[in-house]
Amino acid sequence: MLLFLFFSFSGIVFAQGYEIGDKAADFNLLNVDGTYVSMADYPDAKGFIVIFTCNHCPYSVAYEGRKIALAKQFAPQGYPVIAINPNDSTIVPLDSYSNMIKRADEKSFPYPYLLDADQSVFQRYGATRTPHVFLLNKEAGGLIVRYIGAIDNNYENADEATEHYVEDAIRALKDGDLPNPDFTKAIGCTIKIKKS
Amino acid sequence: MPGKTILLTIVLFNIMQLQAQDISVNVLDFESFETLLSKKNDTVYVLNFWATWCAPCVKELPDFEKLNKQYQDKNFKMILVSLDFRKMLESHLLPFIEKNRLQAEVLMLHAPDANAWIDRIDPSWSGAIPATLIYKNEFSFFREGSMSYTELNQIVKPLIH
Repeated sequence: MLLFLFFSFSGIVFAQGYEIGDKAADFNLLNVDGTYVSMADYPDAKGFIVIFTCNHCPYSVAYEGRKIALAKQFAPQGYPVIAINPNDSTIVPLDSYSNMIKRADEKSFPYPYLLDADQSVFQRYGATRTPHVFLLNKEAGGLIVRYIGAIDNNYENADEATEHYVEDAIRALKDGDLPNPDFTKAIGCTIKIKKS
Repeated sequence: MPGKTILLTIVLFNIMQLQAQDISVNVLDFESFETLLSKKNDTVYVLNFWATWCAPCVKELPDFEKLNKQYQDKNFKMILVSLDFRKMLESHLLPFIEKNRLQAEVLMLHAPDANAWIDRIDPSWSGAIPATLIYKNEFSFFREGSMSYTELNQIVKPLIH
């Protein structure tokens, strides 16, 4: 029992979480339009670009245009973007549900922007920062995690990016290949966890 | 008495302005920055990765400043490595250093291709900030997340002589 407690506390953010090849669980989270969204709502999808992101983090903001571009390019090809805000708004008020609605409205997000209200989804996925992408591919075994990491390799300037990780990963999957790289790191904001 | 106070205020204001002009921050790419990591010269290096917009980073800075003040005359070197965007140097970083009167050295790491270098700081780092690297010769400690003065001192104190 003690051992179990030890692992359940120490592993909350780092030890848990998906690795490449793991089957991803669906979720049912509140969208900015007031509806609840699950991946099961997209029976025709070939996969999903799940992005843990938020309002306040400058890295998330710097990638906003690129998230919108990904959604416009890949939703019609079967890989819609689903954005999830994992932050606790008592720590970061700018990431509250009402502020999410405001931002989605201002920027006309062409994708759902969901609130991980009990912070269970980001922990299950193993997101550690915003923005943090999990690319899922629908396969015989379910929704399989095929890429984890950054959108591209230049957070400051989209035009100066020389590697477009997510785009390349989706192209690989569409060709029946596995993404390479399938895991990248990026500087980002910590996820703000509710204080118990 | 009020006259004296005003005079003092004016003098102080002038000194602050002079100091403000002195604030400068080196902007390094990763290759230049990395030379720092291989230094094995008996100095305890405390590198804190932060940014002006990162709330938990800003919150822990006083603890780092306290540590720096305590050991700055010893075999100790603290560097606050700002990951602010390059365009925020003049608009955010320099005014922040001035306003908070940071005493530890600040440098800006301008290396947007982070995937190429995060593992070279520490393989356990996912890339979230704040993050802190402490090293001396072969000793190395890394933490992703906030650190308090007490935690820092526990690691640094035995390395100081």
